[in-house]
Amino acid sequence: MSRLKEYTEKIKPLFEPEGKLHAFHSVYDGLETFLFVPNTTSKSGTHIHDAIDSKRIMSMVVIALLPALLFGMYNIGYQNAVAAGQLADASTAGMFLYGLLAVLPKLIVSYAVGLGIEFAWAQWKGEEIQEGYLVSGIIIPMILPVGCPIWIIVLAVAFAVIIGKEIFGGTGMNIFNVALLARAFLFFSYPTKMSGDTVWISTEKILGMGYELPDSFTKATPLGELAQGSIPSSTLTDSFIGLIPGSIGETSVIAIAIGAVILLWTGIASWKTMFSVFAGGTIMAIVFSATGQTPVDWYEHLLLGGFCFGAVFMATDPVTSARTEKGKYIYGTIIGALAIIIRVMNPGFPEGMMLAILFGNMIAPAIDYFVVQANISKRLARVKKQSETR
Amino acid sequence: MAFFSNRIKEVFLSPLNILNPVLVQVLGICSALAVTSQLKPAIVMGIAVTIITAFSNLIISVLRTTIPTRIRIVVQLVVVAALVTIVSQVLKAFAYDVSVQLSVYVGLIITNCILMGRLEAFAMQNTPLQSFVDGAANGLGYGMILVIVGGIRELLGRGTLLGYQIIPDVAYEHGYLNNGTMTMPAMALIVIGIIIWVHRAYFYKNDK
Repeated sequence: MSRLKEYTEKIKPLFEPEGKLHAFHSVYDGLETFLFVPNTTSKSGTHIHDAIDSKRIMSMVVIALLPALLFGMYNIGYQNAVAAGQLADASTAGMFLYGLLAVLPKLIVSYAVGLGIEFAWAQWKGEEIQEGYLVSGIIIPMILPVGCPIWIIVLAVAFAVIIGKEIFGGTGMNIFNVALLARAFLFFSYPTKMSGDTVWISTEKILGMGYELPDSFTKATPLGELAQGSIPSSTLTDSFIGLIPGSIGETSVIAIAIGAVILLWTGIASWKTMFSVFAGGTIMAIVFSATGQTPVDWYEHLLLGGFCFGAVFMATDPVTSARTEKGKYIYGTIIGALAIIIRVMNPGFPEGMMLAILFGNMIAPAIDYFVVQANISKRLARVKKQSETR
Repeated sequence: MAFFSNRIKEVFLSPLNILNPVLVQVLGICSALAVTSQLKPAIVMGIAVTIITAFSNLIISVLRTTIPTRIRIVVQLVVVAALVTIVSQVLKAFAYDVSVQLSVYVGLIITNCILMGRLEAFAMQNTPLQSFVDGAANGLGYGMILVIVGGIRELLGRGTLLGYQIIPDVAYEHGYLNNGTMTMPAMALIVIGIIIWVHRAYFYKNDK
């Protein structure tokens, strides 16, 4: 570590205003602050400084996402082997490696395009490079089906970063969750590559690994089967462990739970938001189960699809969620309930988590406003009462 | 000659660029979102609005001294409604398929903010010739944006322009797909927003 520190110190003069590479100073700043906590402190006013800054928070979220990502890679190989009927011959390591090769290009493209735009933008505007894309960059491939072509991911990432984030003022200013915006763009632009029953299983050999499946091969996600009116064919254990078809990182409840524990233990994600998403979803799913509108038990709705992933990693995004403490309960409950409502009542959308969270993002400022106003009027009433009795 | 005076030139050019009704005044957005999913209806709509703004401006400008101020909006509406009806009937007679595509939006030209705006802000104070040029220029400025947006949306959303396939079949064979959001009004708003962004960045550099 100290050698890395020495090296960054050594090349620093190159990026100072007189240095040769001054044009790239924002790239250098970005890298330096990513590696080390900045050595500068604010000069004026009183500031309360937490030991953890936003770059460190982002790194923690990425670590929390890793179990789900790694399991997602394994699941891609597993699904491919199951579909080919070769599960008995396939080794665990082989299946994981196959999944790794399937996911890696998406991950690289997502980071290259997203960070490229962020760096170029920062350079153009003469600003510091912001770190927000670190998390979005890993989430975007995780919420896409494995059959999603690379070139449309490039478009979606560019759209989400420019239209979703930079024009609002960059990291911390965006109204909508950037990763979900990328997914929504793809979902509405290229529905054949984002939903249906042909995109959830990788059908090709990659570098000689895995199994070639016929072009006509189809397999729907459990929620897709549910939307078509049949009972999901996966067992409860499979959907809990995550051995079901679905977007790359969303299938495993266990891996997501590990991420949730990391986020809650470090205090990065709000337990209030997370809890109320599950509460809202549970209530709605029980209502629908009891009235017979959905053929599966209520807990299956929470285990299937992107519900857990959305609740743990996306609804809790500190930028786009409600910021008042009471508001977090309302915000989470609305998202959870709405996700199940969309799933059950709209046959066009097998999964409602994406739209529910985007809707929640949209009304989060309004929720905050009303919570703050309610507090103001409550205190005002108290002051009036006191002055009357005096 | 009066026709080529600087005033006329200014009246004609400014709505096309620095006073563009869509880009700068942000008027007429609703119809710009609704009719631009393909190029052909966008062109027809642009022409229809150009004709109607030009002639309603002309007529109101001729009548401007005789119209009592208190009922001017009613008079303006009568003139516009008459013109819209004529254009709508002509479209139905000679271009029925486009008329069906445009559906209610031809009739809704009556409520187009650009029209009433030009009548109130320009035709009521200026000479007939100037008003006619102003109306035509505003219609063209509006139509221009419609054509740009319609072209982008049809090309990316359907791979065609005016119904002719532009994106080659080879591209589709290699996995190219039409962009579904481009056919939705939501993307039209984003496209217009991007055009406004580019326009401002270019013409209002010092305007912070």
